[in-house]
Amino acid sequence: MEFISQPWPWYVSGPMAAIILLLMNYFGKGFGVSTNLETFCTIGGAGKASDYFKKDWKEQTWSLFFVAGIIIGGYLSSHYLMSSESIALNPDTVTDLAELGFANAGQSYLPAEIFNTENIFSLKGFAILIGAGFMIGFGARYAGGCTSGHAITGLSSLQLPSLLAVIGFFIGGLIMTWFLLPLIF
Amino acid sequence: MKNIIFLIIGLLFGIILTKSEVVSWYRIYEMFKFQSFQMYGIIGSAVLVSMVFMQLFKKGVIKNYLGENIITKEKNKGFIRTIVGGTIFGFGWALSGACPGPMFALVGHGFTSILIVLLGATIGAFIYGVLSKKLPN
Repeated sequence: MEFISQPWPWYVSGPMAAIILLLMNYFGKGFGVSTNLETFCTIGGAGKASDYFKKDWKEQTWSLFFVAGIIIGGYLSSHYLMSSESIALNPDTVTDLAELGFANAGQSYLPAEIFNTENIFSLKGFAILIGAGFMIGFGARYAGGCTSGHAITGLSSLQLPSLLAVIGFFIGGLIMTWFLLPLIF
Repeated sequence: MKNIIFLIIGLLFGIILTKSEVVSWYRIYEMFKFQSFQMYGIIGSAVLVSMVFMQLFKKGVIKNYLGENIITKEKNKGFIRTIVGGTIFGFGWALSGACPGPMFALVGHGFTSILIVLLGATIGAFIYGVLSKKLPN
């Protein structure tokens, strides 16, 4: 039980993510999450705006079940499988974040400075949340996948586009973390 | 009935994302600051183990549940779309600390604000779809 309630080390989590890829492929589907965003658009009637979304979303039902499972897995693990909310961070990270104005870094999964429910009702807070989401959705679909589809599936099957996409993930992530976050916060 | 299988696989994935702390904004920040090995270890070992599976798929050692060979879909090629799209994704990933998988897991954690991120991501996918023919490849 001790193992279940503690955070899992990388050498457990990484291979287990690979098992997810194995299971998906065994049951006849690829491992990827971001395609569901397009399915949401199709269900919402985006086919009226662009032929791109004129698809039969029912063919993606399996994938909607997959993301529903992720939500349930998040619920179950946050309610029953966690001994503490805190994240054991590198002390340097905590110092860096304190300089940015993030108090209590690592005492919860998400920083209140970005994810407090009240932030939804402030212009800046809302802009950060919706803007970050927009870049994820737009970028993932333009690049043709996200962390699961490109970084894990694409790199492991030695696909050059995925290597380029992952290089892009890091160009964007490094610029945001090192240069833009200090301007935003 | 088969959909239930994907629900269960998703459930396992949601647990892995939580227990590995990949869903934490702080883990992503630490990764881009090169202050922790955790995320590199997770993605690196996931890729290495998957590489072994991919070879076994290719050689036909592991077949799907119907006994057919498993074929991995080829990704769209194109330098601009992968680098530019990837960079835009990276901006959003580092700002929100969540890529699409963890986003859904965090909905399950009960964070209301992540729904705004998810809404933004859906709008982003919509705008991509509308512009897809006009964007450089």
